[in-house]
Amino acid sequence: MRASRFVRIAVVLVSCTASAASTYAQDTAAAQSLRAEIDQLKQDFNARLAALEERLAALPGGQPPAAPAAPAQPTAEVPAGAGGAAGALPVYGNPSATSKIFNPDMAVIGNFIGATGKNDVNPDPVLALPESEASFQAVVDPYARADFFMSFGEQGVEVEEGFITFPALPGGLLMKVGKVRAAFGKVNTSHSHVIPWADRPLVTENLVNGDDGITDAGISVARLIPNPWVFLEATGQVFRGDSGELFQSSKRSDVSLVGHLRGYHDISESTNVDLGFSYAYGHNRQGYVNGVDMGRFTTDLFGLDATVRWRPLRRSIYHSFIGRTEAVWSRQEQFGGTQTSPGFFVSGDYQLGRRWYTGLRFDHSARADDSTINDTGQSVTLTYWPSEFSQIRGQLRHTKYAEGSTANEFLFQFQFAIGAHGAHVF
Amino acid sequence: MKQAFITTGILVALAVVSARPAHAALRVITTTADLAALTSEVGGDKVQVDAFGKGYQDPHFVEPKPSFILLASKADLLVLVGRELEIGWLPPLINSSRNAKIQVGANGYLDASLNVKILEIPTGQITRAMGDVHPAGNPHYWLDPGNGRRIAQAIRDKLSDLSPADKAYFAQRYDDFDKRLAESEKKWDATMAPYKGTKIVTYHRSWPNFMERFGLDVIGYVEPKPGIPPSPSHTLDLIGDMKTQGVKLIVVEPYFDVKTPQAIASQVGGKVLILAPSVGGTKEAANYIQLFDFDVNTLASTLKQITGK
Repeated sequence: MRASRFVRIAVVLVSCTASAASTYAQDTAAAQSLRAEIDQLKQDFNARLAALEERLAALPGGQPPAAPAAPAQPTAEVPAGAGGAAGALPVYGNPSATSKIFNPDMAVIGNFIGATGKNDVNPDPVLALPESEASFQAVVDPYARADFFMSFGEQGVEVEEGFITFPALPGGLLMKVGKVRAAFGKVNTSHSHVIPWADRPLVTENLVNGDDGITDAGISVARLIPNPWVFLEATGQVFRGDSGELFQSSKRSDVSLVGHLRGYHDISESTNVDLGFSYAYGHNRQGYVNGVDMGRFTTDLFGLDATVRWRPLRRSIYHSFIGRTEAVWSRQEQFGGTQTSPGFFVSGDYQLGRRWYTGLRFDHSARADDSTINDTGQSVTLTYWPSEFSQIRGQLRHTKYAEGSTANEFLFQFQFAIGAHGAHVF
Repeated sequence: MKQAFITTGILVALAVVSARPAHAALRVITTTADLAALTSEVGGDKVQVDAFGKGYQDPHFVEPKPSFILLASKADLLVLVGRELEIGWLPPLINSSRNAKIQVGANGYLDASLNVKILEIPTGQITRAMGDVHPAGNPHYWLDPGNGRRIAQAIRDKLSDLSPADKAYFAQRYDDFDKRLAESEKKWDATMAPYKGTKIVTYHRSWPNFMERFGLDVIGYVEPKPGIPPSPSHTLDLIGDMKTQGVKLIVVEPYFDVKTPQAIASQVGGKVLILAPSVGGTKEAANYIQLFDFDVNTLASTLKQITGK
């Protein structure tokens, strides 16, 4: 028994030595072979011992035969003019500086939000980093560019947007394919770090799927409508039909549709008006019973947005004003009948100086599933921009919820961007 | 069938209305008024030029308005300053233009900075702790008449490429501009000659090419770092430096607040002078040569008062 154990140990040691000396592939093969041999040993000790002794005897010095030499790599002839031995030949995969030229523009934007005060209905954590957005943007080829916005949240990572844009298609079309924020109004198209508040308006929370909004995989086509008077752009979008709480598809044919018509006009070089009409349609989740869409209910959303901007060009970095409003009507089918719920917000943001902004917002919205109850809110904001790449915001928010409770909160937000200089949003 | 005919008819009518007649001028869009002025000098009545930015507005912060998308959508040529001056606002306009001619790298995309003299190209490690630095160098290079000439050459070559039939016309227009510019340069040099080596302060780093060309020495900036508003500690340091070195002039762009510069000037017994950094920055600077006429004459008369030369 002791002799057999010694032999087993010797075999293992020999095998280990052999493994260390061989390549990874051989190592793996040796381990598998050894495992099989040990199994066999368990079944028939004497037979295996004999086999091992025989095998050991066959090996000179107890060493396994050397691994066959790797076949010589075929070498290509260096073409004329390619540099030759003295010249610099391209080394593909080499992490040299030139290989980074085609890397996309990268940036990360942190969005830190704190909340104090009491809110029984929709309490946000006292301190949170709800979103860190990483963006990757580059030209794909002569015909397209691509944009990716990855959202790193406390729940995980998701592609907030990821799409290819064909900017110069025939017929004056601008096409995006991928996951995009739908062109429903203004707030829905805006990432969290772009909006002038620490939160989203109640109408967005109640009727347009909150922070995520209508964001889905789909195809978007936009075209300018030529006319002598105003800028007019029509956008049509088809999505898979899954947007959080708002739309849910149970069949391939349950696509959601979004349409947007935008009109813009310069009243003067300092003042302009932006008007939009939006429509969205899709299947909702109200008809689901035990995971099956029994009701086959749909939701229609109608939106109206208006923005007035004032920015005197000679003092454009010091003073500006933006007035915004968005109104949404949600027509949601559900068990018990259709609910038609309206909601809106009105806001004004004034730039006090180069680094200081202040704003007011008034919110009012019914609930999508019960048009008879309403939430209302008012907010005051003060924002400080240390530079183009960071901002600090405080927001006093008073909300009266339909449940009867009132929330008085102070939200504070730190936003900070590193990396490539992004374009300003208009 | 009838409907298809009507639709086709409407589309054809739209195409006819929107098509540019063969003899029409080339449509050029530029990011700044300076590039528009230089394009007009070379292109004459063979081009129709519009600029996104005005001469009295900060060129870093032009807004990408939808009305600019309309201009971009019809352009045969886009001329830009480059060196990341327009990085905050031009990319969305190009992307939304639906115009293959002016996409980055297309034949109708002209970066005017490729053959000019660029100053202040940073070396070593660059971080945003240095402010809003331009990694590819100072983009305010058009404020050197020599660079204006080089930009005009690039525009001449590009217009000739896009409209070969008018090559001789553009060449003749360029030669005429070159001659007028050279004559003006002699005049400007003579006007500025007494003030060579005079030390001044500017608000932003908009003037390195201009000051180098006319031999003035910029010893400091009202901004502590590019794009960062004045801070009390930096302002005190600057006042100290100006007093030590006997600097009496602060040059300010028309879009910056003059409150801090005036406070500094009152401390050092100096003057604040608003110069035009671009064509259209003031009424008198209606074209590229007039821009330098205004800046050189205004600067010289102010320096004369200060230095007594």
